[in-house]
Amino acid sequence: MTSEWPLWEVFIRGQHGLNHRHVGSLHAPDAKMAIHNARDVYTRRNEGVSIWVVRSSDVVASAPSDKGPLFDPANSKVYRHPTFFDVPDEVGHM
Amino acid sequence: MGATPEAIAEFALRMGDNCLILGHRDSEWCGHSPALEEDIALANTALDHVGQAQLWLGLACEAEGKGKTADTLAFLRDASGYRNLLLVEQPNGDFGRTIMRQFLFDAWHLPMLKALVHSSDKRVAEIAEKASKEVAYHLDRSTDLVVRLGDGTRESQTRMQAALDFLWPYTGEMFLGDALDDELEAAGIAPAPASLRPAWDQHVNRTLAEATLKAPDKSYAQKGGKRGVHSEHLGFILAEMQFLQRAYPGAKW
Repeated sequence: MTSEWPLWEVFIRGQHGLNHRHVGSLHAPDAKMAIHNARDVYTRRNEGVSIWVVRSSDVVASAPSDKGPLFDPANSKVYRHPTFFDVPDEVGHM
Repeated sequence: MGATPEAIAEFALRMGDNCLILGHRDSEWCGHSPALEEDIALANTALDHVGQAQLWLGLACEAEGKGKTADTLAFLRDASGYRNLLLVEQPNGDFGRTIMRQFLFDAWHLPMLKALVHSSDKRVAEIAEKASKEVAYHLDRSTDLVVRLGDGTRESQTRMQAALDFLWPYTGEMFLGDALDDELEAAGIAPAPASLRPAWDQHVNRTLAEATLKAPDKSYAQKGGKRGVHSEHLGFILAEMQFLQRAYPGAKW
């Protein structure tokens, strides 16, 4: 059935935040109403200064079943963290 | 030449009562709207209007100087003391009629507030400044929905046309002036009601054309709200809105 409005993902840039952050999703027939609805549903308490909406169907996601091959190999690569440098005392707090 | 405090109080009642009654009507949809997103949007609009009512009624009390508060005005006044337009007290009907009523009101409310921003009374100008941002969004939204529902399906188009036909006779009252309006205009407090007509006509006609809706060519105006003569609906609204304070005077929570 197509009587249901499509789903949109909502991203809000906060007052002081740098990046748009995913805050949730909503239904709307098109982009203009998605922005209106996002304003009404997600910025009621002064949360934002900018809104992005993206059709959920346009989001490409990694497959949960690929979790092992995608992320596990990073587990044992301690040398990727910059923790092997001796920082001279004179440098102080970094 | 300034206006008398009584004139300012009466004007503030007219503005505030429009907001309070329309806000109450909109709030009746809370939990019943056709979609969650619409439900929240209408509740937001209702809250905006109640907030505006609080400011206007506060000004009415201040101008009157008899120690009343916005709350006593809202909860302890009888229907004949209310000064809202008949348009805003009309029953919600279906969602389409509620949106149409909002649209017809918003299209008047915004130009009114934009004119009031230049009021010679600073308190009036400040309230108008704050409210006009909220109302610009209300108008944006109700205009958008009128077009979508009017130029929508056969069913939604029929409902929107019926809503327009039903509400149309209540729109004329927005532009009718009386002696008080003359006094306010002379003092530079508020614009003459008739002066808002061109802006309203332009926006409404353009929107209705886009929405494939036709304004009735009847010009008869139902009137009386501004001087306290209301339809039977207002009594029912107040019965619900005022019940608690009437039954338990001074109750707080």
